[in-house]
Amino acid sequence: MSQRLVNWFKFASPATFYPLAGKAWPWFAALGTAFAAVGLWISFFVAPTDFQQGEGYRIIFIHVPASWMSMFIYCVMALWAAIGITFNTRLSGMMSSALAPTGALFAFISLWTGALWGKPMWGAWWVWDARLTSELILLFLYLGYIALTAAIDDPRRADKAGAIVSLVGVVNVPIIYFSVKWWNTLHQGASVSMTKAPTMATTMLWGMLIMALAFWMYSIAIALYRVRAIILERERHATWVAELPEMQA
Amino acid sequence: MNAFIAIVRRDLLLAARRKSEVFTALFFFMIVASLFPLGIGAETSLLRRIAPGVLWVAALLAAMLSLNRMFAADHQDGTLEQMALSPTPLALLVSGKVFAHWLTSGLPLVLLAPVLGLQFDLSPRSLGILMISLLLGTPLLSLIGAIGAALTLGVRGGGVLLSLLVLPLYIPALIFGAGAVEADMAGLGAGGHLSLLGALLALAAFFAPWAATAALRIALE
Repeated sequence: MSQRLVNWFKFASPATFYPLAGKAWPWFAALGTAFAAVGLWISFFVAPTDFQQGEGYRIIFIHVPASWMSMFIYCVMALWAAIGITFNTRLSGMMSSALAPTGALFAFISLWTGALWGKPMWGAWWVWDARLTSELILLFLYLGYIALTAAIDDPRRADKAGAIVSLVGVVNVPIIYFSVKWWNTLHQGASVSMTKAPTMATTMLWGMLIMALAFWMYSIAIALYRVRAIILERERHATWVAELPEMQA
Repeated sequence: MNAFIAIVRRDLLLAARRKSEVFTALFFFMIVASLFPLGIGAETSLLRRIAPGVLWVAALLAAMLSLNRMFAADHQDGTLEQMALSPTPLALLVSGKVFAHWLTSGLPLVLLAPVLGLQFDLSPRSLGILMISLLLGTPLLSLIGAIGAALTLGVRGGGVLLSLLVLPLYIPALIFGAGAVEADMAGLGAGGHLSLLGALLALAAFFAPWAATAALRIALE
């Protein structure tokens, strides 16, 4: 048991994690591409046309997985932040800052595709629905994290400040979600409901799950790729970086 | 507890010596609230409907104006480092500073809000609910704001960054605070909203000084 623990902590060092990430990311990228190809094929050619929403519903194959990822990545960011604060590891902060742009991207995609879906379905680009509003606030939380870490020059300090922001944010996300939800019911917002959608055909569900897997693989691949760049940038004065084969060339 | 009282008294004394800073935030609150009728027209029924939201948003912005100063002066002259080194827990001292901040920037807003509410033709009952909601909500603003102020201490472009960090976290306070008055006006009763606001306040009073302390220690490294 103790042997295994030691093995895991070995990769907490940027010097050992860098080659591991370098080996791993092409695999995740390949898997992501494969899943995306299958998922897009199912969502465009196999999944039946929805009898109520027509062809327009197909945007949910991008929209729903993107929303899931945007929420999930924030939790993962907060998890890395907690690990970084607890064990005082350098790599955790790097992972957090590598994940943030991807999470913000997914939150943005989710809002954008949501608007494109809302226009034909509800007749409005934007309604003050609880989910839309909380997704928008999630995007603000991501932007706050990115802006704060970018404003602090010392990377270690930026990581720790970012860790506190993401932990405070993750505590607040449920509070914000429920407050927006209750606010919405009080105001009797636009009378649309996304939960009362007809039960989904199995192929649609499969398409969505495979697209979600594709987004997962993409997120892992891009986070590993980005963390390699961050490691190189921060450790550029270290000897192990100078001894890397790609630096020799 | 003595240290807590000492900090509160010191910060109040400092605020009393620099009265203009306190009054600037207050006048800002009044001006922002007065701009809305000018912008959207003075129709009484409309004003009555938007009053809770407008007054609450104005209070959020006014409370944010003074957040920058919560730790900045103490950070510059080294007082903050002495506080961190003192045997008293830093979280207690931070709570004292937050409480003093609320006394100088939150409490005046609570007292001024009914006067502005009259401009919006709110009934005496709604004014009472508005005051209670602000009384519960403004300490929450100071507590959450303290985390943001501590995080942006000595950071480039701190002021704008602070608003980006803090405003999303203020949303629940805004919703329940303004919602309490609106629910009461709609005849639904404000009890639920006020209870939730109180619950958030209790939660923040426990966790926020702790998070702000952690952020201050990072800034002092």
